[in-house]
Amino acid sequence: MCLGVPGRVLSREQEDGLLMGRVDFGGVSRKVCLEHVPDVALGDYVLVHVGFALSRIDAREARKIFALLLELDQLNELQDPAATGDHPGERTP
Amino acid sequence: MRRLEPSESQRLAEHWADRIARITTRPWKIMEVCGGQTQAIVKFGIDQLLPPEIELLHGPGCPVCVTPLEMIDRAQAIARSPDVIFCSFGDMLRVPGSDGDLLGLKARGADIRVLYSPLDALTIARQNPERRVVFFAIGFETTAPANAMAIHQARERGLSNFSALCSHVLAPPAMLAILRDPEQRVQAFLGPGHVCSVMGLSEYEPIAAQFSMPIVVTGFEPLDLLEGLFLTVQHLEAGRSCVDNQYARVVRAQGNTASRALLARVFEVCDSKWRGIGVLPMSGLRLRDEYRAHDALHVFELGAVTTEEPAECISGSILRGLKKPTDCPAFGKRCTPESPLGATMVSSEGACAAYHAYGRAVPTARLTRGTQGLQA
Repeated sequence: MCLGVPGRVLSREQEDGLLMGRVDFGGVSRKVCLEHVPDVALGDYVLVHVGFALSRIDAREARKIFALLLELDQLNELQDPAATGDHPGERTP
Repeated sequence: MRRLEPSESQRLAEHWADRIARITTRPWKIMEVCGGQTQAIVKFGIDQLLPPEIELLHGPGCPVCVTPLEMIDRAQAIARSPDVIFCSFGDMLRVPGSDGDLLGLKARGADIRVLYSPLDALTIARQNPERRVVFFAIGFETTAPANAMAIHQARERGLSNFSALCSHVLAPPAMLAILRDPEQRVQAFLGPGHVCSVMGLSEYEPIAAQFSMPIVVTGFEPLDLLEGLFLTVQHLEAGRSCVDNQYARVVRAQGNTASRALLARVFEVCDSKWRGIGVLPMSGLRLRDEYRAHDALHVFELGAVTTEEPAECISGSILRGLKKPTDCPAFGKRCTPESPLGATMVSSEGACAAYHAYGRAVPTARLTRGTQGLQA
């Protein structure tokens, strides 16, 4: 019930005195109330719950998970010589 | 925003599970507060990726589950009125009251509509001025701002045919009630990420300090849950009492200040009954007097409602983390999602319903890493 869905803001407009906007959820767009994320810009990601944006998603924080993946890849390369190419012996340790 | 491929997620999940196993030196009992977290943990088998020392207890944070039976009965009494259009989130339609559910009532001709957003109820009220439109406003702090916005807008726009049947609960008082139980077993909490996106972290600091425990506000994706668990175990092993935030991409320390201001304007804190648990002091929200004209409890003459829960149901103990669904002799036999006995089986985010959906019929089985859930 408390699940929130991240989506990208496509438009912003005033409607009946409320800040509303269309938000894209991976190809499906819906009208969402943006009244409580007033500083949101087009292209920003928001977390939406029951048609209401609760929070702007911090892109820098969201990218951390990919940074970790990159780090793991580098670890794997160090630990697994086969992953570095056909001639691991030729590499400088 | 790039999405993770399944193989990348699997690698990251194994990475976190390894890190958790490496730092765990003794048994720890950790409760996830939110029903969405419970469902994800059981669905993805996250509890089974963890070292055997770590036990996850499933908390009281499914709002559909804990909405009291009396409120379901009142909702049905209102929905039966021929001049009423009754609006609800889809999750509430199958929750049984004392006499059937809203879905059954709809099948028998009641005008019951499922909404995506509470604001949709305002459009329905404007388009149907001769009908009374009632919105079933349930939920934790996550849902309360959207509900409050609809009620506030109805008042601002003079929509006199709109009212809300409110049954709102708050997460911190339930956590306190669990910790004050003399039998309680919780040593740390995974805090409810979306509740905190609204309310921020400040309410959790006194709880962490008073009960000397870490509370790690955590998201809902499998990798969020594993990282949240890693941080929790790290704090537990170091003996730290603190509030930490795994879900910083969504949760700010101060929460959403506009949402908090609207909640304070529309609602006041009150004692509230939780299905399966009972009345908890200052654990709910009711409409302030200025919104009385839009409060269904005042608009409709409902009379006293008395209800009785089946004595056999142990959902109260499950919601407090004292028992697991598989400890219940009725689980999967006399109590199923199609015919639930009580709170934790009535919604897919309840611990019993999640165990039932993902085939957790055996209490003690643990799987090795890399497998997805138990085979029934």
